[in-house]
Amino acid sequence: MSIPRSAAVSAPDPAPAAGTPRKAVALISGGLDSMLAAKVMLEQGIHVEGINFYTGFCVEGHTHAIRNHEHAKPKRNNALWTAEQLGIKLHIIEVIEEYKDVVINPKHGYGANLNPCLDCKGFMVRKAREWMEKNGFDFIITGEVLGQRPMSQRRDTMPVVARESGAFDRLLRPLCAKLLPETLPEREGWVDRSKLLDFNGRSRKPQMRLAAQYGFTDYAQPAGGCCFLTNEQYSHKLTDLWTTRGTKQYEIDDIMLLKVGRHLRPRPNFKLIVGRDEGENNFLNGYRKRFTHLHATSHQGPLVLIDGTASEDDLELAARLTARFGKGREAETVTLTVTDAAGNSRELKVAPIPANDIPPEWYL
Amino acid sequence: MSHFVLDARYLLCPMPVIRTQNRIAELAPGDTLEVQATDPGALHDIPAWCRVHGHEILETRRDGNNIVITVRVIS
Repeated sequence: MSIPRSAAVSAPDPAPAAGTPRKAVALISGGLDSMLAAKVMLEQGIHVEGINFYTGFCVEGHTHAIRNHEHAKPKRNNALWTAEQLGIKLHIIEVIEEYKDVVINPKHGYGANLNPCLDCKGFMVRKAREWMEKNGFDFIITGEVLGQRPMSQRRDTMPVVARESGAFDRLLRPLCAKLLPETLPEREGWVDRSKLLDFNGRSRKPQMRLAAQYGFTDYAQPAGGCCFLTNEQYSHKLTDLWTTRGTKQYEIDDIMLLKVGRHLRPRPNFKLIVGRDEGENNFLNGYRKRFTHLHATSHQGPLVLIDGTASEDDLELAARLTARFGKGREAETVTLTVTDAAGNSRELKVAPIPANDIPPEWYL
Repeated sequence: MSHFVLDARYLLCPMPVIRTQNRIAELAPGDTLEVQATDPGALHDIPAWCRVHGHEILETRRDGNNIVITVRVIS
């Protein structure tokens, strides 16, 4: 699709007052690339502030803190940490509601899992453009690298992001700008194109070299990116949620709970969410007033939430499974308490289900 | 100069820091904001956010699950 030149090429702005630098808003994920892109701009004397979006699917934040074994590590918000290393301000924008449309109806479809990377990048750059306009900034930068991601960071999709976000030539990708057409900040001489970079492809080596050059030694390199939607198992659970409910919708609590516990669906009408350790049990405990839940009283064991509607038969199966995941798994009978969302409790005595009787397909 | 209280209890990170940021945007320099939270991540995120924006942390208290962080708005 061709773009009308008037829309694609911005008119230059009047020069700022002498001594006032041009201002860029940088998309900061908390990963290395966006950190380097911002640093490249700072080195050119640009005033940079960061923007970070909270979609609900972020791997950042509380998810690190839930599981016990991760308590030992110092917990930090990587985007804030990055901003602090760079000495820039960071604005964190909550986009949970608006983001639903990106996940549910991605115009450009999904990647390998439920990751709508191209729509997502267009959405985030559009939000950054709105922020830029509201706050009197001049352009937007991202840490995108040509060929780095199979969907959103390709030669043919990068212009799609620029166009659909409405950022057009005010979107500069410092790490691969030399491989792309000139943008407004380059044309106007706000930044020196010759000092921008030409990173290309999936290799991380150029980034690591540049990081070393800037003296960045401790940076986040999350293996699956910073989004749960790129995770196969998470996407499988989200697909299951949509399929069994018969509607492609979600609430924030739904997507939070998909990050936690072992999920088993023995019947189409209900699934179990089983805490895997004390941290997860505590997290699930916060939801107990909204779900029928079970826990063993005769033995130690997990807190289990029932998502869906369960018959008496279903409850017994749920109880046998709950017993299976506790210390009473080898006992003849385990006593459990079942409490409904209204708080009515009763006791059940069941035999733990043998491990071999749990079909693998129950595990989501 | 006024004192304000923000209830961010039972919110999971990064929501407490987002609420803090949005509330501070409405306050004037010199005002103080007492943020109440329960997610331990707030103990890290809110001071880090304040450092990058130049606001001053006056007090950080933790009493069991309850966290109170008091911030003075600088500019």
